[in-house]
Amino acid sequence: MSGGALILLALAIPIGGALLLWVVGRTPFLRNEVSLVTSCGLLAAVAALTPSVLAGARPAISLFEFAPGLAFAFEVEPLGMLFALLASFLWIVTTIYSISYLSANGEPHRTRFHICFALALASAVGIAFAGNMLTLFFFYEALTLCTYPLVAHSGTEEARRGARRYLAILLSTSIMLLLLAVLWTWVAVGTLDFRAGGILAGQVSESVMAVLLVLYVFGVGKAALMPFHGWLPAAMVAPAPVSALLHAVAVVKAGVFTIVKIALYIFGLDAIRDFASGEWLLYVAGATILIASLIALRQDNLKHRLAYSTVSQLSYVVLGVAIANAHAVMGASMHIAMHGFAKITLFFCAGAIYTAAGKTHISQLDGIGRRMPVTMGAFAVGALALIGLPPFAGAWSKYYLVLGSLDEGDYAVLAVLLVSSLLNALYFLPIVVRAFFPTGGEPRPVAGGIAEAPKLQLVAISITALGTVALFAYPQFLFDLLRPLVGM
Amino acid sequence: MNAGHLPILQVALPLIAAPLCVLLRRPAFAWAFTTLVSWALLAMSILLLIRVMADGVISYRLGGWAPPFGIEYRLDAVNCFVILVISAVAAVVTPYMRQSVAREITAPRHNLFYGVYLLALTGLLGIAATGDAFNIYVFMEISSLASYVLIGLGSSRRARAAAFQYLIMGTIGATFLLIGIGLLYMMTGTLNLADLSLRVAEVPDMRPIYAAFAFITIGVLIKLALFPLHIWLPNAYTHAPSAVSAFLAASATKVGAYVLLRFVFTLFGPEFSFERMPLMEILMPLSLIAILVGSGVAIFQHDLKRLFAYSSIGQIGYIALGISFASTSGLTGAIVHIFNHAMMKGGIFLALGCMMYRTGSVELSALHGLGRRMPFTMAALIIGGLGLVGVPLTSGFVSKWYLVQAALEADLWPVALLILLGSLVALIYVGRVIEAAYFRPPPPGAPAVREAPWQMLIPTWILLAASLYFGVHTDITVSVAERGAEMLLGLPA
Repeated sequence: MSGGALILLALAIPIGGALLLWVVGRTPFLRNEVSLVTSCGLLAAVAALTPSVLAGARPAISLFEFAPGLAFAFEVEPLGMLFALLASFLWIVTTIYSISYLSANGEPHRTRFHICFALALASAVGIAFAGNMLTLFFFYEALTLCTYPLVAHSGTEEARRGARRYLAILLSTSIMLLLLAVLWTWVAVGTLDFRAGGILAGQVSESVMAVLLVLYVFGVGKAALMPFHGWLPAAMVAPAPVSALLHAVAVVKAGVFTIVKIALYIFGLDAIRDFASGEWLLYVAGATILIASLIALRQDNLKHRLAYSTVSQLSYVVLGVAIANAHAVMGASMHIAMHGFAKITLFFCAGAIYTAAGKTHISQLDGIGRRMPVTMGAFAVGALALIGLPPFAGAWSKYYLVLGSLDEGDYAVLAVLLVSSLLNALYFLPIVVRAFFPTGGEPRPVAGGIAEAPKLQLVAISITALGTVALFAYPQFLFDLLRPLVGM
Repeated sequence: MNAGHLPILQVALPLIAAPLCVLLRRPAFAWAFTTLVSWALLAMSILLLIRVMADGVISYRLGGWAPPFGIEYRLDAVNCFVILVISAVAAVVTPYMRQSVAREITAPRHNLFYGVYLLALTGLLGIAATGDAFNIYVFMEISSLASYVLIGLGSSRRARAAAFQYLIMGTIGATFLLIGIGLLYMMTGTLNLADLSLRVAEVPDMRPIYAAFAFITIGVLIKLALFPLHIWLPNAYTHAPSAVSAFLAASATKVGAYVLLRFVFTLFGPEFSFERMPLMEILMPLSLIAILVGSGVAIFQHDLKRLFAYSSIGQIGYIALGISFASTSGLTGAIVHIFNHAMMKGGIFLALGCMMYRTGSVELSALHGLGRRMPFTMAALIIGGLGLVGVPLTSGFVSKWYLVQAALEADLWPVALLILLGSLVALIYVGRVIEAAYFRPPPPGAPAVREAPWQMLIPTWILLAASLYFGVHTDITVSVAERGAEMLLGLPA
């Protein structure tokens, strides 16, 4: 099968799955089967593209022209390959998890849930494989719209308010800033293709470039750069699987992925590095990392703490882009995958705790490790990975980011990275400690001994937790895939 | 059939059919006959557009009298496109009318309704087809008088008041138009648009021409319902029968936009309108206010028909804004939006008609829980709404793309920002509709409702499918619009 056909197949599978789900919606058994088969099919299609991309090919296909010289087109390059693999693999795990989560918590509207999930994945794959900025923008907006029903899922006043905030921030940044930047690029340069080395360099003045950088970076609200991060905590009203896959992986990674992509192929790394007025990006990313960590420290709601941690971790990627050398961009790209595995584990754990014990706040978690040893063990793994300790994923990406900052001799950036690791430890480790060694001296007697979440949830949690170890042990694949991006 | 007479047939057919309709006695016959006529009109308009795109401008001499003495029907890319939009909307809306009209209008008036509807169609098609200034006025009166009746046939008592308000405003507009045309005739001695455009430049004393320009522009802007001359529109759309709201929203204001294009560009010429007269300075702020205020007021409406009527005022602002740029991309955006908004808003009002048919109400609160009970109707409403916001892959995005591009090309980035801000405001009112339909439970004790009948759903979906199709396949609409824009600006095609 040709590369172009595989790209279309990868888009068609989740969309077809969504249609099928709508048809069989009234039969729960079939609904779960269809979801699982669809997610496996998507991974197969995406994986089938990988060997050729690793070998240096760039499968591409162009569908129709939106305007003369501006086609609706796809092209798979290493970064997109990484993002698509990440999202489609974790979708399978999340499907397993959510089947159990939805039934254990008696959630309504399950067909709608699965349909929107499939459509969100189709959008994420579209973002990953987009061949130009316009195509990317289309799927970027589609992803926002498909995930809105998932955030508003429960239909309570609180959920509706959270969903409203979600939609308002994401759509207003993308329409007011990103779309403006895209159109401006189009009017100024006459192309929106992704080209190595960028399309803006030499075409527009330094000052226009400075303005465009602001518009692009803040326009991609999904990257949750402060002050446009408020949608992410608001989205935490969604059920746990949504927070796990979408608001720890697909949606937020689509945001930082877009930023890396814009940096590499619209501006070009050289332009961003040489460009004096781009320095603010370092400060904004650094500030987001630190401030979000500080806010996370103060959150008692577990999911909110995780959300602010995500805000902070996403800015690692932006920081890597702002440093803009080979090591830093390598670190940033790796962090997309590594943070994905670690954070989804943490959200799965939060959902498992809610399912098994009905607890949502950290202050309620005293001694929960005795009742849920697997869950809290996995939580510890995820937490250590995010702090950046070996032998877990996260160590590599931080290593490259540190190398990148040393290359530039930028010690302020180095300090930000170190301090934030410390903050990560400060807001994650107390949860683990509290779970296994409750305060108040005596371990509280726990009625009923071990009371874990349903098995399927534990399976999903274990897969992603093991994944963080695997990514540490075998980073070579990631490295090989991403090397052409930065010319290493 | 001799294709040479198509231009006049396009107008004569509904004119002749209108009285026949009243004579048919049985409403079902009248409806079937009107449907047939509307489909014939669509076929003819497609043939015309194909011929014009292939051979260029068609000039038809009424009664064989040579222009400028005889009346000329002059068809080019712009008005063929407008004719196609009107007949397409009519061909889709007419089949829908049977159920909707039976539910919303009292029985003895059904035949009258179809007759008057055909007259309205005659007027709108005539305005678009003719190349004669006075003819435009005559057809505008025909369509307006028919529209007053159509609106007045609405079921609530307030429909009469709305029709009366529209009558007053519409008559003022028509009078202004007539005064303007009279002044032009006085100074040039001709009524043929092509001839006028040549002679206007040679008039020694320009003052009456300035006055004519002002009278005509304001007269047309009333028809177009551009802020602040829009006050007739919300009431008219709210209280008219659903099918009429859909038809008028999709066609009447669009024809107003066409007449503005015709007078400003073909007759007076862009140089006169934009350099000697401050049309841009007037039109641009008014359009921007229309976009923001129209959409802003829509947020606070509880009656969905009124909500989308205010949304129309905002969308008309986009069309006028595109015209005010007087550039290729601006005009392309405006012309494309004439088409796209016709599809989207037509579809939305048809969906509201489905809702009215089943629930008897178009209040926002009546939407609660309908997402599950009327899934197709609600999905249609949402798709139309997203189109109004300008979400990618809907046709609304295409229009906004060209409008923002025009603003950026003219170095008017604040205008670009305001256009995008308008999308956000639209998002708020559409968001309210979505939330009500899908995320609020139906009130306890709400009567069970079923999905609307397929005879109503299919027309609704045809319009919205078209708006999706042309959001993806932009080459058809945009190439016609671009050609029209270049022609209006007098650029070589």
